[in-house]
Amino acid sequence: MGSYIARRLLSGVITIWFIATATFFGMHAVPGDPLLNDKAVTPEIRANLERAYGLDKPVPQQYLIFLGNMLQGDFGISFTQQNRRVNDIIAEHFPVSATLGVLALLFAAGGGIVFGALTALFRGRLPDYLIMLLVIVAVSVPSFVFAGLGQLAILQLNRLVGFSLLPVAGWGSLSHMLVPSLVLGLGTMAYLTRLMRSSMLEVAETDYIRTARAKGLTPQRIFFRHQLRNAILPVVTVLGPAIAAITTGGFVVELVFAIPGLGRYFVQAVQQLDYTVIMGTTVFYGAFLVLMVIAVDIAYGFIDPRIQVNKSLS
Amino acid sequence: MTRGCSDHCTWQRGRTPRPTMRSTLLIVAAVLGWALALAGNAATPAVDRGNNEISIAITQEPQWLTTIRATDTVSFTVLDHITEGLLTRDVNNRLVGGVAERWELSDEKATFWLRRDARWSDGEPVTAHDFVFAWRQVANPENAAEYGFLMRMLPNGEAILAGDMPPEALGVEAIDDHTLVVHLVSPTAYFLDLVSFITFRPVREDFYRAQGGRYAADAENMISNGPFILTEWVHDASMRMEKNPYYWNRDAIPLDAINVPYITRDPNARFNLYLDDKIALADQLQLSAMKMALQQHQKLRSFSDGTVFYLGFNHREGRPTGNRNLRRAIQSVYDVSELTYKVIGVPGNLPAYTLFPAWLTGDEGQSLNVQYPPHKPELSIERGRRYLELAKQELGVEEVPPLSLLLDDTANASSQAEYFQNVMARTLGLEVRLDKQIFKQRLAKMSAGDFDIVAAGWGPDYNDPMTFADLFVSWNLNNRGRYSNPEYDALIREAQQTTDQRRRNAIFSRIQDIIYEQVVVVPQYERGYIYALDKRVAGVRRYHIGGDPNYNYAYIVESPRAPESAD
Repeated sequence: MGSYIARRLLSGVITIWFIATATFFGMHAVPGDPLLNDKAVTPEIRANLERAYGLDKPVPQQYLIFLGNMLQGDFGISFTQQNRRVNDIIAEHFPVSATLGVLALLFAAGGGIVFGALTALFRGRLPDYLIMLLVIVAVSVPSFVFAGLGQLAILQLNRLVGFSLLPVAGWGSLSHMLVPSLVLGLGTMAYLTRLMRSSMLEVAETDYIRTARAKGLTPQRIFFRHQLRNAILPVVTVLGPAIAAITTGGFVVELVFAIPGLGRYFVQAVQQLDYTVIMGTTVFYGAFLVLMVIAVDIAYGFIDPRIQVNKSLS
Repeated sequence: MTRGCSDHCTWQRGRTPRPTMRSTLLIVAAVLGWALALAGNAATPAVDRGNNEISIAITQEPQWLTTIRATDTVSFTVLDHITEGLLTRDVNNRLVGGVAERWELSDEKATFWLRRDARWSDGEPVTAHDFVFAWRQVANPENAAEYGFLMRMLPNGEAILAGDMPPEALGVEAIDDHTLVVHLVSPTAYFLDLVSFITFRPVREDFYRAQGGRYAADAENMISNGPFILTEWVHDASMRMEKNPYYWNRDAIPLDAINVPYITRDPNARFNLYLDDKIALADQLQLSAMKMALQQHQKLRSFSDGTVFYLGFNHREGRPTGNRNLRRAIQSVYDVSELTYKVIGVPGNLPAYTLFPAWLTGDEGQSLNVQYPPHKPELSIERGRRYLELAKQELGVEEVPPLSLLLDDTANASSQAEYFQNVMARTLGLEVRLDKQIFKQRLAKMSAGDFDIVAAGWGPDYNDPMTFADLFVSWNLNNRGRYSNPEYDALIREAQQTTDQRRRNAIFSRIQDIIYEQVVVVPQYERGYIYALDKRVAGVRRYHIGGDPNYNYAYIVESPRAPESAD
C-alpha cells in the first residue's frame, strides 16, 4: 500500500510538471499583451514594467525562473492586483471555494444517490419520469440561469416574509452558502442521479441479488446491504474529478452571489492575461485534481474490499 | 434518526422506502434550520440611521490602493475617500483648496501654501515633503507608474522616467514644511485642476518605508489624509471606511462610516442587493434590471460617465481607410443616433458628434458644445455613394476590399459592431469583417496597426478639453491609427504653450472641425449609465474624471421624500 501511494504520488508530480509546462508555453502563445492598458505608456515605462514582471528576458529563461520559483512554492505577484502575491490569493480565496464546493458536493452526492435510487425503485412509474425530467432540465440549463433565478427567488422570499431570511449575496455565514451551493451542485447532482440509476438497475439484474432474494432476505436488507452498496461504486469513482470540477467551476456562482472564491480568479486571469495568476491557479488546481483522484483510488479499496490497490495496479 | 433503517423500518406499498424519505426530509429540514438560525444577523442594511452609516457595493477589487500607481476607476473611487490632494472639489463640484490653503500659478511655476491643520490619520501633519516624496515615486522608473507621463510637465521628469537622472532631480521642492514650489516645463493652463488628480496626492516617506514593500497591500499598511480611513479590507470581499477624526474639514463630512460589504461585477446582483435593502446605490444597471425597476416603480437616474466611444480609422499607408473619401462615405451614412437610442438603448448614453463630451466647459462656464456646436453630419446614402465612387477611383480599385473592424469580445461591443456592419452593407455595399478579440489582444492589434477600423473609447484624465484634443497629434502614443496632420500638431502645440483660455477654446473648436472634416474618427456615443439611489441618501456626487461615485459629502436625509413614481 505504501509503495503504491508513493508511486502514484510520483506520477502525480510528473503530471503537475507537465500541466505547468504546457500552461506556461500555451499562455505565452496566446495572442495579446498582458502589460497593455487603455492608456499607452512610453517605451521607458514599458521597459520598467517588463523588468518589474521579468518579461524582459527570453521565454525559455522565464520558464526556468518560473520552475525554480515554483519549486520553492512561490508564484510571484499578480499582474492585475499588483500588490498581492499569488500565494496569498490562493490561500485567501481557495478556502472559500472549497467550503462552497464541499457543501455543493454534499448536495450533489446526497441528492444524486437518493434520487438515483428512487428512480431505480420506481422504474417506469411517475416518480422515475418526474425525476428524470428534472435531471434533463438540470443538465441542460446553464448554471448562470439557475444562479440568477436562485437570487431572484431569495429576493421574493425575503419580500414575502418581510425581513432578510436569506442573504441575496455575499459571504460569511452558512446562510450565505445555502442557495449558491445548491445551484453549484445541481449539474453534478443530475449527472450522479443518472449514473446511480443505471448502476442500480445493472446491479438489480445480477446473480447475487437474485440469490439474496431466493434465500429470503427482506427487501430493505437487499436494497441497502447489497444493491445500494454495490451500485454506489461508480458514483465514488467520479467523485474525485467532481470535487475538482465543482471547486473550480464556481466562477458564475461566485460572480452572481458576490462570493470571494478562487473560481473567478481562475477565469478572469485568463481573460486579463494575468500570467502569474494563470500559472498559480492552474498548477494549484492541477495538483488538487491529481490528489483527489489518488485519494479516491485509495478510498475505493475501503469501500470495495475486492479491489486491492497494491496488487491490481502494480 | 439517520441510523440505517434495515431493522426497524416497516415497508408499505411494495418497495417504497417511506421512512428513508422521511429521514432525508428531516436532514434537509435540519440543515435548513441551521442555516436560517444563522441568517439575517450578519448583513448591514443599506442605510443605518442609528450609526450614521451607509452600505454600497463596488464593481471589482481595487487593483492597487496607492496613489503612486493606481490606474483603475475602483482604486480611484476608494482613494478619493481616503486621500486628498493640494486642491479638491467641493459639494458643488468646484475646485477648492484641499491640503493647500492658497496658491499662485504663473507660466513658470506654481506655489502652494499648505494649511497647518491638514493631518494624517495618525495625527502627524501633512507637509510639503509628503508631496515631493510622492511625486518622485511617480517619476521613479522602479515604480513603473503608468501615469508617470504626467511628471513630464515638471523639469527633468522625462529624464527621470527614462532612468537618466535620479528621482531627486524632479522639479518640485519643499521650501519649508508648508510651502511647495512646482516648476513647470511650459505654461500649463489646467495645472491646478491636475493637482487634484489621484497621481498628485501626498505619500508620507517614513510610513511608506516602514511597510517594507507592503505599502497599501492591506488596510494596516495604509495611512490616510482624506475624509475617511480604510479600516477593514478583506480582499475581493469587503471593505469598511470610517470617518477620519484628524481630517481638517471633518465638520463638512456627514457620514460616520461607509461599508462596502459586496464586490461584484454582476449588475443584476447589485440591483438585487439594492432591492433587498442591502446597498444604497446600484450602479451600471442593465436593460433587464431597468425594466424590472420600472415595473416596481423604482426611481432610476442616469449619468454620463465622461467617456466617448468612437470608430477609429487606420491612417497608415496602404490601408483603404487612409483614404479620406472612404471615411467620408462612412460618415455620411452612419446614424449614431439610431445606434445610441435603438441599438444601445440604455438611457444616459448620448449620441456623439464630436470627440469633446457635453460636460466640458468653454468660456465663462458655458458648455464647450454650446459655445462651439459640433457638426452633425447630414445623412445621405446618395452622397455616401458619391464619396465611395471617388474613393474607389483614388484607390484605383473596382471594389473596396473587405474592411476589418476590431472590437472587444463583449456582448455590447458585438451588437454595436453588427449594427455598423449591417449599415455599411445596406447603404454602401461595403463588406465589414468583425475581428473580436479579448481586451488585451484588441489593444495589441490596435498598437500594431492590425486593423482598418477599431471600436475604441477614451476617458478623460483631467478636466480640460486637451485630454481629448491631443489624442490625434502625431507624437501621441494613443494615436494608434497614426493620424498625422501638421496643422493639427501646430494647433495643439500652441494650446499647450498658452494659458489664455479663450484662445485655447478657439483652438479646440478648430480641432473639432478638423476631426469632422478629415473624418479622423467617427464619434459614436458618450457612454452613460443608469443607477438606482436609495431615497434616504442624498449628496452622492458623480464624476467624469477619476473616482466615481463619491460619497464624501453624502448624507442620510432626515425624512425621506414621499416615494416618487417611475419616470
